[in-house]
Parts: sequence; C-alpha cells; structure tokens
Amino acid sequence: MPVEQRTEEHVLGLIERVQAKGLRFRDEQITMAHGAGGKATLTLIEGLLAPAFGLTELADSAVVGDVAVTTDSFVVKPIRFPGGSIGGLAVNGTVNDLAVGGARPLALTLSLVLEEGLPAEDLRAEVEAIAAAAAAAGIAVVGGDTKVVERGRCDSMYVTTTGIGRVDPRAQLAPGSVRPGDRILVSGPIGEHGTAIMLARGEFELDAPVESDTRSLWPAVDTLLDAAGPALRCLRDATRGGVASVLNEIARASGVAVTVREADVPVPAAVAGACEILGIDPMYVANEGTLVAFVAPAGADDALAALRRVPGCEGAAAIGEVKDDPPGLVLVETSFGGRRVMDLLVGDPLPRIC
Amino acid sequence: MKFVDEFRDAELGRVLGSEIVAAVDANRHYKVMEVCGGHTHTIYKYGVTDLLPENVELVHGPGCPVCVIPMGRVDDGIAVASQPDVIFTCFGDMMRVPGGNGTLTDAKARGADVRMVYSPLDALRLARENPDREVVFFAIGFETTAPSTALTLKRAKADGVTNFSCFCNHVTIVPPLRALLESPDLRLDGFIGPGHVSTVVGARPFEFIPADYGKPVVVSGFEPLDLLQSVYMVLRQLGEGRCEVENQYRRVVPYDGNPAALAVLAEVFELRPHFEWRGLGFISHSGLKLSPAYADFDAELRFDVPGIRVADPKACQCGEVLKGVIKPWECKVFGTACTPERPIGTCMVSSEGACAAYYNYGRYAHERAAV
Repeated sequence: MPVEQRTEEHVLGLIERVQAKGLRFRDEQITMAHGAGGKATLTLIEGLLAPAFGLTELADSAVVGDVAVTTDSFVVKPIRFPGGSIGGLAVNGTVNDLAVGGARPLALTLSLVLEEGLPAEDLRAEVEAIAAAAAAAGIAVVGGDTKVVERGRCDSMYVTTTGIGRVDPRAQLAPGSVRPGDRILVSGPIGEHGTAIMLARGEFELDAPVESDTRSLWPAVDTLLDAAGPALRCLRDATRGGVASVLNEIARASGVAVTVREADVPVPAAVAGACEILGIDPMYVANEGTLVAFVAPAGADDALAALRRVPGCEGAAAIGEVKDDPPGLVLVETSFGGRRVMDLLVGDPLPRIC
Repeated sequence: MKFVDEFRDAELGRVLGSEIVAAVDANRHYKVMEVCGGHTHTIYKYGVTDLLPENVELVHGPGCPVCVIPMGRVDDGIAVASQPDVIFTCFGDMMRVPGGNGTLTDAKARGADVRMVYSPLDALRLARENPDREVVFFAIGFETTAPSTALTLKRAKADGVTNFSCFCNHVTIVPPLRALLESPDLRLDGFIGPGHVSTVVGARPFEFIPADYGKPVVVSGFEPLDLLQSVYMVLRQLGEGRCEVENQYRRVVPYDGNPAALAVLAEVFELRPHFEWRGLGFISHSGLKLSPAYADFDAELRFDVPGIRVADPKACQCGEVLKGVIKPWECKVFGTACTPERPIGTCMVSSEGACAAYYNYGRYAHERAAV
C-alpha cells in the first residue's frame, strides 16, 4: 500500500502544480463559452487581458484615487423582457458594479450601437428607460456616443455604459480580505433575471411568472455600509454565472473554502420550477439586482436585519459561511443532507438531456 | 414543487440511510454500479454518497449518452455541420463534447450553423421554417430518447418533409452492460438499473444479469430517495442471498416496457453490426441506424460523411475504471494525455465522470474517498 499511496500523491502533486500555474488562454477562437461567465471567461480574463495590462486584483469596478470607474456592454436578446429592457439594464448594471465596489454612483456615459432598420419607437422607448433608471438610481447621464451599423451586423442595439462613483469612506472592501468564519448573505431571491430572459426567448414553450430583478443596488450597499461598517469584507454583484460563480471567485481570491446551505438559498418557486424542467442549477443563473455580501461574524446579524428593511431586499438571507479547508473550493450542503462541490461553470449553462 | 419535493425529503433520507447501515455486513466492501448518467447526476447533486456507509461504494457506469459518443462521430457531425446550407441541430450537452477536432461549439464559432434544440420535433420545425436549408438532427441517446427521434422521422415521412435528416448515434443499453459483465476482472456486486431506459424497454431485458452473471439488479427512479431505496434493495438481495431483477421505479416503469415505443423503434431503426463507444471500443449490435424504409432521412447517406475514426489512445483505461478494477489516477494517461480540457475517455468527458471529478477536486475527492 505505501507504494500506491506515493504514486497517488505524485499524481495529485502533478495536477496541483498544473493548476497552480493559473489559467492560460490557449483557445484558437472565441466561442460563446467565453462570454458565459464561467471557466472560459475566467481564462480569457486571467490568461490574456489581466496580464496584458498588469492587472492583479480584479473586481466589479476599479479604483483610481477615491474615484471608482467601471464599464460594461449590454447585448441582451431580446431587448425587452419581463421586468425590464436593455436600457434600464445598462444603467443598473453599471450602477451596481460601482455600488458593490463601495462607491456611490455619480455619473455615467452612454454608447449606443444601433442596427440599421431599428424602429425609432424602440429606440425612443430605450432612451426613456435609460433616463428613468438613471433618475431612480440617482446617477447623471453626462455624455455619450452613437454609431449605426448595417442591418444584420448587430442585434437591434447594443449599449455600453461607463460609470464613475466616489468611494464611500465607510467602505473597506477587498475580495482578498474574506476570512474563515465570515458569513455569506444574498440580498434577495436568486435566478430571476436569467430565467426571465431564457423564457422570453420563447425557445422552450414554457410560461412562468418570472420577472427580471434589474434594479439599483446602491440603497442595499448604503444600508450595509451603515449597519456592518468595517465588518463588511466584500460585496459582489451576482450577474453572469450567478451566485455560484461569485462564490468561486472569492474562494479562489482569498484562498478559503466557502460552504453554502442549499436549503437557505432563496429560490422563487417559478425559478425553481423552470430550472428543474430545463436541467439548470439556479445558482448559476444570472441576476441583475442581487448582491452577495461577505460579513465578519460580529456584524452579520445586524447586516442581514438592515438589508431586509431595504425595498426589494425583503427576501435577503444568510446562505453559508467561509471556512479554511479545502481552500479554493465551494461546497454545498444539500437540502437532502449530503455535500457536493459547486464548481466554476464550464461553458454555457446548457440544459442537460438526461 | 409538489410530486418532486416528496422524493427529496431529508428526514426520510436519514431513515433510509440508517436502514442501509443496518443491512450491510461491516466486514464486507460493496461496489454497486449505477448504470445511468442521470443517476450519477442525482448522486452528485444531492450528495447521496454522504448518506451511505463507507463500505458501500457507488461506481459510475457507462450510461451517459453524450459521453460515450466516440471522437470520430463528433468529427463526422462537425463535417456535416460545416457543409453549406446545413442547419445542424443537437441537444445542448452534445455541443461541448470534444472530437478530434474540437467541439460543435467550436464549429459554430468557425461559422457552422449549429443550433441547440430540446426535442427532435424542434429540428423538424426548423426544417419546415427553412425550406431552402438542409436541417440535420444529431440523434443521440439510449432507448430513452430513440422513440422521440423515431416519431419525428415518422412525422417527417408522413408530411413529406424533404430537407430533414437524422445523423443517428442512438445506442442500446444491454450490449455495453454485457461487455462489462463479460470481463473476468469485474469487481461489482450489483447494479442500479437505468430507470428512464426501462420506461421504454421495461425491466425484463436485465434478467440476464442475475441469470447469467449472478448479480442483482434494481431498476431505479431518479430522485435521491429513489436511489437510496434502490441501494437498500440491492444490499438486501445480497444479504438474503437473492439475485433477481427488482423494480423500484414501479410508478413509471412497466416490467415489460412500453409496447408502442418498442414498436416504433422496430419500425424506424435497425441494429448496426458494430458501434464504437468512447473509451470502450467497438461493441457488437450496440448502435442503431435508420431502417431501409427511412433511408431517405439518413444523413449518413444524404451527405458525404467522412467516417472519421479517431483511435482512443491504447493507454486509455476507461473500461478498467468503469469496471472498478483501477482508480482514475492509476490510468496511464490520467492527468497527462487525458484532462478535462482534452478528454480521451468517457470518464473524463462528463464533469461527473469518475476521472473528471477526481481531476477537478483532487485531494478533496481523495480525502472523501478515504473517509
């Protein structure tokens, strides 16, 4: 037996050495998987983009002095969906990237790429949606750009927003600051945006009362900063790749283990039903108005109670905690009483056939 | 969710878990294979193994229909998909199974019109909507999915749809099981039978397993309580010295199967002399092709299919891993020529396959196995 154990140890060591080298971008071409928020996206960012620009710490927004800055493109299809549309999504997405960086959103610029033939009525509706979302979030639209491309060269319209915010003096957030014992909160029910989009595409002949959760998260962040202060370690916007991807990123960034209690994760019944039929785990489904907060144990109860008083966050919940082992992995305690590893998403969250 | 949550009741799970502990002989190690990939998924998703005693080991079988498609067939599919005017349709999880020349997702990025469908009927609808295009359906799966392909082909024929064809990769469940059982070094004590396949073929086709090979079989449902109960039933057979086919999934599986589905399979398909399985090699009479009456819809006849054969490297030991003869790390290509990014065998293709799980979760998986 000792010989066998040495061999297995050797094989495990080999794998760990390969994995420790980090992700390398070696793909021959871009596939849809590179945009899905999982392992391929991470490979693109950590293997190509970050090293090219010398970026070491990656977050939802970057900080220059006391100014936070972020940029984001929106290519959602269809452009209108239950609960929102591309214009409002573009504003809230950028507001939220600033907010989870602990920055009060101040101003944004807007770039529109429009497809030849786009009905003016559709454009007008989106411009109004942008204005309304900006007013609701308290952010000023201060400039922009427009381009038009030939029919077929883009899908109705693409929107890019770049936002700046002022880092709140109360905020001391960093993904690497998460420690064993920290509690994990979500600000509301998960999986609504991605499910609403999947159903709105009409490919599944499924109908369910699910609306996108697109909304500004600044009120939630403002409240958390007040309630938890320095106990608030890190915030993440659980967009593409869902809550599962956020937890994996933090586990990797902080070298900690993350444990999630499946029974405590708030999943609306209609989302759970649609995901069950499609064979998708709601933990990987995108949100557009739901954050994940890592809070030191001393401040966790107050933070959760305060969060639940924020409009739209009544369904906030504590879903798990940070442990020290096994580092880098997210473990789920299933509601059936077992455990599983919740890995980074590989490729698109494609439905299973079996 | 009503009629679902009842089968995921944690309290009942604990009760069944303790019944299982009471049923096992502490001095014996049990290896039970769940044949179906759907079962593997349930076991993984709910952490079912955590409710089993340490001397009861579940071995993941060859029943993941996308993972067993050999690289050459994926390459053939890509070759068809890359032809002008073709809309190539397949189930979602087939899109990321690598052939020798990348995946269908890669082919899509290179410009092939590859589309995900939920049902072969969606592919037929695409054919009607695009009369100037050739729509090809990449048919995969065991007897579970084959009837829906067959019914779609019947409808295409009845309606005279001429721009629709099927690249048939359907397989049958009994030959690979027999191939595993024929192995002299097999170390399995019993089988969890595939519930969905059995809704079509029934439980009776598995009678050869106890009769010829002396191993118990329990056909199981797909919820975690179904699986725990099925493990319990296998262990009870072993404890009582019985050896037979039992049907745990009686709420869905008729012992003799679904005669209407079997009839349509017999009409539309016929057995191929051989079919290749990823990591397992050629198995006689294990694959289906379209019958002469449906030859007009056979993509292999309609298109110039190159018939690519990518030999699995000889060192691939998927068969031994599946039979429980070796652990994943003992395979000669594990972690070197065969990785989750560039998988060779079926055990590495599926993220739930024994090799992929071991590769991804390494020391953690190892520590759990040792507990």
